[in-house]
Amino acid sequence: MTATVSPPTTKGGSGATRAPKRIGFGKSLSSWDLKLSPYLYISPFFILFLIVGLFPIAYTAVISFMDWDLVRNSGTFIGFGQYEYVLSNPKFWIALRNTFSIFLLSTVPQLILAIFIAAMLDQNIRAKTFWRMGVLVPYVMAPVAVALIFSNMFGDKYGIINTLLSNIGIPAIGWHSNAFASHIAIATMVNFRWTGYNALILLAAMQAIPRDYYEAATVDGAGKVRQFFAITVPSLRPTLIFVIITSTIGGLQIFDEPRMYDQYGTGGANYQWLTITLWLYDIGWGEWNFGRAAALAWILFIIILLIGVINLFVTRSLVRDEGSRSSMTRAERRAAARNARRAVAADSAQQARTREEAAR
Amino acid sequence: MTAVDQPPIIIPDAAEAPEEKRRRRPRHIRGSRPGWFVYASLGVVLLAAFFPYYWSLLIGSGDAYTIRDPNMSWLPGGNFFANAASVVNDPAVNFWPALWNSIYSSALIAISVVFFSTLAGWAFAKLKFRGSSILLVFVIATMAVPTQLGVVPLYILFSEIGWTGQIGAIIIPAMVTAFGVFWMTQYLRQAVPDELIEAARVDGASSFRTFWTIGVTAARPAAAMLGLFTFVTAWNNFFWPFIVLDRSNPTLPVALSLLQSNYFVDYSVVLAGVLLSTIPLLILFIFAGRQLVSGIMQGAVKG
Repeated sequence: MTATVSPPTTKGGSGATRAPKRIGFGKSLSSWDLKLSPYLYISPFFILFLIVGLFPIAYTAVISFMDWDLVRNSGTFIGFGQYEYVLSNPKFWIALRNTFSIFLLSTVPQLILAIFIAAMLDQNIRAKTFWRMGVLVPYVMAPVAVALIFSNMFGDKYGIINTLLSNIGIPAIGWHSNAFASHIAIATMVNFRWTGYNALILLAAMQAIPRDYYEAATVDGAGKVRQFFAITVPSLRPTLIFVIITSTIGGLQIFDEPRMYDQYGTGGANYQWLTITLWLYDIGWGEWNFGRAAALAWILFIIILLIGVINLFVTRSLVRDEGSRSSMTRAERRAAARNARRAVAADSAQQARTREEAAR
Repeated sequence: MTAVDQPPIIIPDAAEAPEEKRRRRPRHIRGSRPGWFVYASLGVVLLAAFFPYYWSLLIGSGDAYTIRDPNMSWLPGGNFFANAASVVNDPAVNFWPALWNSIYSSALIAISVVFFSTLAGWAFAKLKFRGSSILLVFVIATMAVPTQLGVVPLYILFSEIGWTGQIGAIIIPAMVTAFGVFWMTQYLRQAVPDELIEAARVDGASSFRTFWTIGVTAARPAAAMLGLFTFVTAWNNFFWPFIVLDRSNPTLPVALSLLQSNYFVDYSVVLAGVLLSTIPLLILFIFAGRQLVSGIMQGAVKG
């Protein structure tokens, strides 16, 4: 191992300078080097995070208790006034409803679809890389671009979706005028961009499942579908939890898609697709009311934290009864795997024998 | 300089082992080739993935009335370059400055994130220091903090120093990410055996030298992936650039958003602009799509 590492370069190039370095002054220097350099290496992250992360968070809290004056660039303390305004405004509750509606519509179908695609990709298909790259194509398109394309396809009057629907006899849907329909359209944009990405994550998790399980199941006579629900889905649980948590954090902040869903970007005439972040932008940089925007930002953060905690509890209980859910005990499973291996070994021995005979 | 010219240290990639093992299994266990159903469903998925691209080509190559034509052709028209030209020449959009801004800001952000994340990841993964585990938990916790929480003070901060409308205002806040630090920590932890660092230390290498010769070499594959992802994310980022930049000096997504802001929206021009702005990333995808795929799959297993 030592051979692969570069030789120590002493500045003089001779051994003489190296010897004293080991004992006297050099030793204390190198011990300082060992102690301090880790902090030096992580400091850029923490310094920058302090400036652009931690300070703004704290300062947002301060501003949220103020009536901010843009001209003087300072505020006057007014207590919980901004929070009261936000929470008593019906727009907030509409935005909250829309955000959750879009979030659910874009998470649940997306995960189901992603698991399905991952299961397809996990088969022994030809041209694996081609298909994997293919499902990732939507990911490189900017959300703004995706939103522009889909808001055109979901046009109320001339959109392709409504044209296709009327071709098969379904009356046109008001994708912009109807609140729920607009949520479906916006969720479709999110699904378009992220389903393939999540499918690849789930595919990686599927490939980590020991193949012995499937061998044992095959020996026991379980079909592909049964194997999928009895082995694949339970084994995916930790990865699913990871995907759900990341899409929660992202989904509750949704801005780009609803902002670009029409040319005004204010969430529709009756706030059909107004989301929390969209309203935050409107308060902050439309009405230029920074105190109120800061209060809304903190409310959003608390909502995300709450959902995160709920997620954690739900996932914990799910993970805990993972063992009891499966119909086989561990010993049984091991025995099944052993049997399967034995059967496989016997099988291949048999094959080898027939091959030998054939060769003779 | 001898150290830099050394041949790269070969570190066995643990991630590849299971795949190898799987491949070597006899054919009757791997299962036969799947039937038409698998290919048909994947084909449908692929069609859905490409359709919006094709749709924007279809509309973007027509004229303002294509979309209202009930007998619309399913083949692209001949107006794409004319529409693209009207995007590029639209004085309100500033296409070329937007393209240049997107390229150099995304590149700078990617380089900076990769460098600082490798540095911090190396410290967290391989160096022992007081408080390292607590600090790492702190880094991970910051990932849950939404961007929205900081935008108001950041905007005030940047307008104080007169940086609103400057590209620097979108580069500085993105120069390090908690995700990057976490990613490099996870990778370096399994990629570099501790004995190697021990050996370097016994041989008298300084801490930074050990990092530079062993850490950076080992980190290269993960760093490339982190760089790619950071670049794509920075390129597509909209919320903060939309707030802090103004119309005269936008990035591509901000410029795109301006295409639709007129009272009368000509979708043939809008969608031509969409396609035009996506071409650079599509080119990147052709060359680096394979890395993106394996990056997502590796991140899933380790994260």
